[in-house]
This record gives sequence, C-alpha cells and structure tokens, in this order.
Amino acid sequence: MIANLGLAALWLAAALALLQLLAAWRALRMAGAKEGALVRPVAIVQGLLAALAFVCLIAVFCQTDLSVKLVAMNSHSAKPMLYKFAGAWGNHEGSMLLWVTIMGLAGGLVALVERRLPEPTMLATLAAQAFVSLGFYAFLLISSNPFERLDPAAPEGQGLNPLLQDPGLAFHPPTLYIGYVGLSIAFSFAVGALITREVSPAFARAMRPWVLGAWIFLTIGIVAGSYWAYYELGWGGWWFWDPVENASLMPWLAATALLHSASVLAARNALRAWTVMLGVVAFSMSMVGTFLVRSGILTSVHAFAVDPERGSFILGLLALNIGAALVLFALRAATVTEGERFAVTSREGALVFNNVMLTGALGIVLIGTLYPLLAEALGTKVSVGPPYFNPMTAVFVVPMLAVLAVGPLLRWRQDSFARITPMVAIPALLTGAAASVLVLKGMAVLPLLGMALAAGLALAAFMPLRGRKLSRVNLPLWGMIAAHFGVAVALFGMAADSAWTVERLVAVQTGQAVEVGPWKVTLRTIVPVAGPNWTALEGEMEARYKGGDPRMLHPQARAFWAPPQQTSESALATRWNGQLYAVLGEQAEDGRWQLRLWWKPFVTMIWFGGLLIALGGVLALIGRVWSDLKRIIARGKIAYRRERQGR
Amino acid sequence: MSAPIKAKHQRLVLVVIALVALIGAGLLAMWALRNQASYFYLPAEMAANPPEAGRAVRLGGMVEAGSLKTDPDGVTIRFTVSDSTARVPVVFKGIVPDLFKEGSGVVAEGRLDPRGQFVADNLLAKHDEKYVPREMKDMTAAQARQTIEETK
Repeated sequence: MIANLGLAALWLAAALALLQLLAAWRALRMAGAKEGALVRPVAIVQGLLAALAFVCLIAVFCQTDLSVKLVAMNSHSAKPMLYKFAGAWGNHEGSMLLWVTIMGLAGGLVALVERRLPEPTMLATLAAQAFVSLGFYAFLLISSNPFERLDPAAPEGQGLNPLLQDPGLAFHPPTLYIGYVGLSIAFSFAVGALITREVSPAFARAMRPWVLGAWIFLTIGIVAGSYWAYYELGWGGWWFWDPVENASLMPWLAATALLHSASVLAARNALRAWTVMLGVVAFSMSMVGTFLVRSGILTSVHAFAVDPERGSFILGLLALNIGAALVLFALRAATVTEGERFAVTSREGALVFNNVMLTGALGIVLIGTLYPLLAEALGTKVSVGPPYFNPMTAVFVVPMLAVLAVGPLLRWRQDSFARITPMVAIPALLTGAAASVLVLKGMAVLPLLGMALAAGLALAAFMPLRGRKLSRVNLPLWGMIAAHFGVAVALFGMAADSAWTVERLVAVQTGQAVEVGPWKVTLRTIVPVAGPNWTALEGEMEARYKGGDPRMLHPQARAFWAPPQQTSESALATRWNGQLYAVLGEQAEDGRWQLRLWWKPFVTMIWFGGLLIALGGVLALIGRVWSDLKRIIARGKIAYRRERQGR
Repeated sequence: MSAPIKAKHQRLVLVVIALVALIGAGLLAMWALRNQASYFYLPAEMAANPPEAGRAVRLGGMVEAGSLKTDPDGVTIRFTVSDSTARVPVVFKGIVPDLFKEGSGVVAEGRLDPRGQFVADNLLAKHDEKYVPREMKDMTAAQARQTIEETK
C-alpha cells in the first residue's frame, strides 16, 4: 500500500516536472503567456511529491515490508531501527530517489523564495531544473524503480552491508547529497542566465546564497565521510584518493572556485562568462561523480549493484545535460559582454589566480580518476594513488594557499604590493621561520611545506581585520576569516598526521603492554560480546598517556550474520593533541593477539579545520540572507509609507 | 602600478591564462601518470616480464594452499600468490583483511624487492559478494578457467 503510494507520487512528480518544463518554455517563447504563472506552484508541488515518495520508501524500510524487492535485497527484520531507517538510502535505488527528492525540493525552494531576478530568467532557471530532474525521474522509473514488488514476498531480507551499519550512514549520505545535488541550482541558474542573456551582478548575488548553501553541506558531507572512513576501515588513513572520494572532491573544488568568482561578479561585474561556466562545471562534476559511483564501473562500498544498463543510462544523462549546457554556453558566450577591467595587482587578480589554481587541481584529480578507466578500456590495468595525487595537486594548491594569504588584503580594481607589505611580511616571516625549524628537524618535503604554510596562513587569515573596528566587521567577512583559518587548521592536521604518526604492529599475550609514542597500552583481556545482528570478540585495553590516568579502549572484531561478513571496529582515545587509534587483529596459533596501534598527533585538526571552513560558509550565508531581508523589509516600509501618504 | 589594461585585451589575457593553466595541468597529469601509475600483474606476467624493483605495482592471484606462514614476531606473514603457470612469494606485515585465506583470491599492492620477493604494503581481499576489487573481477574468471582445467 505505502509502496504503491510512493510509486504513484514518483510518477506524478515526474509528470509535473514535464509540465513545469513545457509551461516555462511556452511562457518564455510567448511573452505574456498565462502558463508562466503555473511554473512556480508546479515546481513546489513537484518537490513535495518527490519528498512524499522518499518518505514512503523510508516507511517501507522501517516496517521491513518484504514484498518490496529493494527492502528484501537490502534490509533485514533483525537490523537495528537506525539502520532500517538509514538503510533506505544505503542502496542504489534509494540513493537515486534521495537525489531526485533533493533536486525537487531545491527547485521548489527556489520557486518559493527567489524573487530578485527578472521573471523570464527565473522561468528559464526552473525550466532547466525541470529538464535535469526529468532525466533522473526517467532513470528511476525505467531502470531503478525503488518500489518494485516481489510476489510472493520474501521470507526474510538479505541485510545491509555491515560496513554501512554505522551511525555515519544516517548522516554522511544525506549531507553529501544535499551539497552534491544542491549544485544543480547553480547549474540551472547558469543555464537560465545564458538563455535570457542576463549575466549580471544581480544574477551572481541571487545565485550566491544557493551555491553557498550547497557548498556548506558538501563540505560537511566530505568531512563526515572522511572521518567515517578513518574509523571504520581500520587502515588509519583519512583520505585514500579513492575514486568515490575524488567524486566528492571534484564538485567541491569547482564550487569553491564558483563561490569566489561569483563574489567578483557580484561586487565588480567582472568574470561574467567564467562564473557561468563554473556554474555549469560544478554540477557537471556532481553528475560525473554519480556516474563513477553509481554506474558500477568502479567497485567500492559505494557501488551497490553492477548493472551495465544503468551505467549507460547515467552516461547518457550526463552527456545530454553537460553537452546541452556547453553548446548553449558556446552559442551565448560571445554575447555575454565584457566585464569591468582590473589590474593584475588587485582583489580580482588574486581571485583569478585562486580560480585558475582550483581548476588546475580539479583537472589533476579528474584526469587521475578517469585515467585508470580509460586505460582499462584500452586493455591495460592501472592504479593511480597517492604518489600521483599528492605531489600533483600540491603543484596547484601550494601557490594558491600562498596567494590566499595576500588576496583578501588587496583592494578591488587596483592596488599596490607596497601598501600591504607590512601585513604580508609577518605571516611570510612566520612561514619562513617554521620552515627553517622543520628543515633542521629533517621533515619530508610535503609535510614541511604544509606545516610552514599553515603557520603563515593561520596568522594571515586574521590580517583583514587590521585597522577595522571589530564590532563593525560584517558577517560575510567573519565567514571568510573563519573559512581561511579553517584551511590553515586542516592543513596543519594533514601535515602533522603525515609527519608525526607513530605506528606499532605487534602480537601480544593478554596482560602484555605496548608503547606507542607517549602512550602505554596494555591488552587486559579479550571477551566475547553480542549485538543485535552480530557477535564480536572485544579487546579490553588500558591506555595511559605519559603514565597518567588509564583510559579504556574496546576495539572489536565483529562477525555479522546477515549478510555473513566480518568487520573490525577500531577504538579511539581522543586528546586535544591527537588520537590513539587501536585495531584488534587475529589470534595467532600460539595465543598471541595482533594489535595495530597508531598515535596520530593533531589528526583531529583535519576535521576541525573542515568544520571551520563550513562554519565560515554558514556565517557568510547568514550575513547575506540577513542583509537581503533587511533590504526587503526596508523596501516594504517605504512602499507602505507611500501608500499612506497617497491616501 | 600599471593601469588597468584595455577591456578587449583583458578578456583575451584571461582566456589565455586559463587555457595555459588547464593545458599545463593536463600535460603535467599525463607526464606524472606515465611515471607513477602502478600496473596490475598476474603471477604469470610478473614471472615473464618483471617490473623493475621498487616500482609500485599490484599483483593479483590466488593464495596458494599451504603456503601461508607467520613469522615469530606474529605480524609478518609470508605466502605465495599463484596462477596456473607461475608463483610469486609475497611478504606482508600487518593485519590481514577479514576474508583473506588460503585458496582464495587476493590483490597485493606493493613492489618487488631485488631478490624477486613481492613486498606488499596492502592486501585487498574480497569483502563480500557485492564488493570485489576492480582487478579481481577478471581474476574470478581466470580462476574459473583454472578450475575447469584442473578438473578435466
């Protein structure tokens, strides 16, 4: 029953997306056509119907309705409620339904609140959003129906991949998807602006909060995913340059570039065509990522089912959407008039540098991710990993970070280095000093560069405050400072982790102690424990930091029974200055237990830094929306007064 | 400082800068991939045409039955990866993946040492029915062929 309702809602939403597209198109072709009035309400209802379908899917998962094929394939009656609920999107069909839901809701929200742009541009934007949505509705309904039934119903479900049975599943995918799919708004805005030739500062100001919102979620989603992989996979790493991670990093790089170029367009009416292009590229990267992750050409915990038909379908959608947007861009780019001029030494100049470097890094990641697939198509099997990605992205990221220290101090249009020299000199000296100390300590090149830059950047991030009254600094500026400081913090965490991590791999009898860095870890005993759908061997470890109070750690080797699979659950002891990470391995024939221990100084800074970057986005977003609201209220008051005087 | 350049030239300059940076990134990536991509070997390929010692590669095959030994330190393991024609000795220090066992498939990431022993930094084993390392999809086909040959 609920499944039928969900399917009906999904079909209806698809039909409304078609109506939205046709109505907007007709209204655009014929000025004054009545259909224009339909577009906004239809967009809102379409979003609500998609959300209804998604709620129905969650409901059938929560009650484990085994007559629904998807539930039978991916759930189990004995699974804890949290994973029944979150398991709704822990599979291919469910995650694609989440995709169209977010896409529909985002479009509906734009239709509901966005009033700053000329109506034709809004119609074109909503038409573009409907066009992209339609493709994904078709994909769901034709080749990935989440509500497909089983007759007779299965006696029991097959369960969810145990690697996904973690609270992270409730948080990471939805956050990442809101970011990923939220970028569709940037795409639609860009297409809308191209169709109506309305590339203006007003367009950038209207688009910016939407991009900012998507970017905040994308940032948090990546941070959450990185931390989840770090503690779940038991390899002690926080980033593996795995293609699915790159799939989330690429839209983030493009969206970060877009945010910065949109601020140039909004403030100075320059970089017009480029900003539109980035709007197209950012969501294109989301779609490329979805293709990589969902088509089954990669195998990872994110690729649920290998089905060539689905792969070709997504590839077709990808080619259609990106191709159409690029053709439109090629046709209209020449008519986008030249922006305002600026000197090389100016805020714009620094932001152009930022954009070029981010795009370069994006290119490096994209090529490194796609190359193994191309090579395999040509018959060679190749793996590309950190030895390629680390130095190659550093080529672009390091100069960009150096300019990050300078750019925010420069004035718009034209400035001179002489004016800002004192403000740049102090962070530069700090970087130099840190570098020389670290050289003496014999640190490797990349961590050294990272740490020295982080020191300078952390200071430079606050330099834009110099000579300002703190109480009068606006929220977007605070946001920028928080985000740039976050970059320094994250960079420090990365460098500290790669330079100072201590690892011990040992086999010990119970009662024996091991030293790792400043920690002394004693394996007290191993006890069997049981959870709702697993049993485990749990190590009881006592860890003392520099002989201080003991802290108990409980790493587990878990055996799930539906589906039958083993996982190891790491245990963490967090201090302000780092994390102790423990994994329990196998028991050897002589009764000793394998232990893998890491002391990772300041590793948590990586994720704190990431969250600071997101916080910067939140501050900027609040600031922008607040000033928009104030403007609207002020305008309303003036109109009201005029009306009263008119009487 | 120089005055703002002429509008027409400015757009041209920006386009040129963007193109140069992107083409530069592309060339750099290609050059690096040529040098640093690690290649996948089956034991037969590794025996016939070994990669130079120290070069990062992946080796995929079956863990030969009866070959798995643990050193006295309790954490270093040695085993042989084989296919129907060749055998490569592998040494690995660490906790093995959960589904790693004799007679099943494995992909080892690492490098050959000068004595022809494969030093693995990482082992990828089959996680579950749904999650198989990319290189192992074909290997199960090779495995199937092998089983057919053996039962003939």
